[in-house]
Amino acid sequence: MIRTHVLVCGGTGCTSSDSPAIRAAMEKEIEARGLAEEVKVVQTGCFGLCALGPIMIIYPDGTFYSRVTVADVPEIVEEHLLKGRPVQRLVYNDTGDGQKAEGPVSLNETGFYKKQLRLALRNCGVINPEVIDEYIAMDGYAALGKVLTEMTPKEVIDLVLASGLRGRGGAGFPTGRKWLFAAGGEPGTKKYVVCNADEGDPGAFMDRSVLEGDPHAVIEAMAIAAYAIGADEGYVYVRAEYPIAVKRLSIAIAQAREYGLLGKNIFGTDFNFDITIRLGAGAFVCGEETALLTSIEGNRGEPRPRPPFPAVKGLFGQPTIINNVETYANIPQIILKGAEWFSSIGSEKSKGTKVFALGGKINHTGLVEVPMGTPLSTIIYDIGGGIPNGKKFKAAQTGGPSGGCIPASLIDTPVDYESLTAIGSMMGSGGLIVMDEDNCMVDIAKFFLTFTVDESCGKCTPCREGTRRMLEILERITDGRGEEGDIERLEALAKTIKATALCGLGQTAPNPVLSTIRYFRDEYEAHIREKRCPAHVCQKLARYEIDPEKCKGCSACSRKCPVGAISGQLKSPFVIDQTKCIKCGTCIDTCKFGAISKN
Amino acid sequence: MKSLEELAAIRDRMKNRVVLREGSGETRVVVGMATCGIAAGARPVLNAFVEQVANENLSDRVTVTQTGCIGICQYEPVVEVFEAGKEKVTYVKMTAEKAKRVVEEHLKGGKPVAEYTIGNN
Repeated sequence: MIRTHVLVCGGTGCTSSDSPAIRAAMEKEIEARGLAEEVKVVQTGCFGLCALGPIMIIYPDGTFYSRVTVADVPEIVEEHLLKGRPVQRLVYNDTGDGQKAEGPVSLNETGFYKKQLRLALRNCGVINPEVIDEYIAMDGYAALGKVLTEMTPKEVIDLVLASGLRGRGGAGFPTGRKWLFAAGGEPGTKKYVVCNADEGDPGAFMDRSVLEGDPHAVIEAMAIAAYAIGADEGYVYVRAEYPIAVKRLSIAIAQAREYGLLGKNIFGTDFNFDITIRLGAGAFVCGEETALLTSIEGNRGEPRPRPPFPAVKGLFGQPTIINNVETYANIPQIILKGAEWFSSIGSEKSKGTKVFALGGKINHTGLVEVPMGTPLSTIIYDIGGGIPNGKKFKAAQTGGPSGGCIPASLIDTPVDYESLTAIGSMMGSGGLIVMDEDNCMVDIAKFFLTFTVDESCGKCTPCREGTRRMLEILERITDGRGEEGDIERLEALAKTIKATALCGLGQTAPNPVLSTIRYFRDEYEAHIREKRCPAHVCQKLARYEIDPEKCKGCSACSRKCPVGAISGQLKSPFVIDQTKCIKCGTCIDTCKFGAISKN
Repeated sequence: MKSLEELAAIRDRMKNRVVLREGSGETRVVVGMATCGIAAGARPVLNAFVEQVANENLSDRVTVTQTGCIGICQYEPVVEVFEAGKEKVTYVKMTAEKAKRVVEEHLKGGKPVAEYTIGNN
């Protein structure tokens, strides 16, 4: 009889820090100790606290171990599983505000989890995503059963409409409205349901984690959507760079077919539905819905003008609904718990929760889910554990290359669609990159624009040419060749591109530039007028200098300098020739006396 | 999957196996499993509790777990039962047989088995 479950994270983060080896060692040690009949090791999806992985949780006591290594396994088995004494040195019991509890605490008492509300991620880190029975134990497929046996398609759409659920992919379009548009038309019309899992923002891993941790939720929701609009075929478009997500989704689809939850006459009704996986080749533009559909059709992933919207004329020219992974992950619970339950969570116009991938200069890099309207400061300080090394928070970028930054002065902004748009950022799909005083905002804008220039498909001129011209201006500014009027030129280009680009990629590409100009104009001006980078990031604006007081005249830097810019007499201070210096920073790394500074 | 009943059957069968992960139930049965406890035979006691709680379908409200040395080694195996709002009950010199009776009378019936408690030993 099993008395204890050992949950080992099998998300991408923990997998890359060796969690499969830990799981294997655990199983072997449990077997060797004769505990195989009593203790079960379970592979789960992401727990969220990726920064502290590999993570292991032992139930029923709920002890949370972080940074576990293979070498810790014998001790955990001997002490905890055999003798019931948690291994204190591995216990994570940070309850927030720098406080630590005495002894182990349950997950929900830790600072990282206690202000979260996990709906889309409810099964991530709880069930084994490769075992359909575990999903069913958590009321999985009950929503599909209810919909097929008790509700009309119209009732399903009305329920989703009433819940206030909006698309989690970025634009925030009401999901129920989308379904309603696709539901019309002649009876018998061929329709499709598509899941957009082409998550491409730098630093975003929300959809990946849902697919890895709870793939059946997406399958179930797609079947519900298909019933609501009268479709019988679905596609999941997921990037090939997500091998674990693809594998678990494939396993889940095969299991659902075996159970008859996909296929013909589901739940004994005349509803038929099946799902095909399409692998994307990693082009960012394919996250744009019309480009994604074109790619599924086997063509080059390029967007096309809307209207007609996919709900009218989508995949293979037929009515199609396309929703994001996280949007789908909310559907089964909305069906089971009702529209009122869902709309009671969140803010006035943004209902439910939102998953964020926290990254950048933050202590708890990982995956978090909070009610809409939660202040950004709560996410960054209470959940995210603040900024490492005592640095000061400077800004947070939401929405990735399509979004904008939120400066420190607006850190209490409630995170929902309207509030973020009002301050010139956007919700986006959920990437949240935190920046501290060491980040240069012009450099950040350049980083995102470099990304969109690379990813522009080239179909329309404003995006293909316009973003490149903007990038050239930014490069000029960060190289110290900025001119008066560059900021205005950037703004004018941005305005034109936003108004005229064909798809969302181009229309939003200027956002990071515009929002950094809006909140950090002084940094742009320092680069242009004073040829100075206030954060000391832009290499070409850096000035390396040797402090004659500290220099011992050892000549180490002079010997390492690749361009011979440093000269001097042994045992007397050396000097850097600024006209020869290429700002590579080798000298500063070489000096043992801290005599060289970067200004 | 041809019917809701079929789905419900799988759910009910599996529920007992994952309920463990929902953390503490209202009632906690804690078995002392330090060296002294194990030497005195705590493992069969622990296993008996786990099995009986599952057999009697009490898993959703009773959590069976272990702890280290409780400090009264001469009375091992020691089992403590914590119920919300009630005083802790400490059973001593437990066996698998005694465990079954505790599940039946105390956890299910709500009446502690006085003769196994520390006061009577």
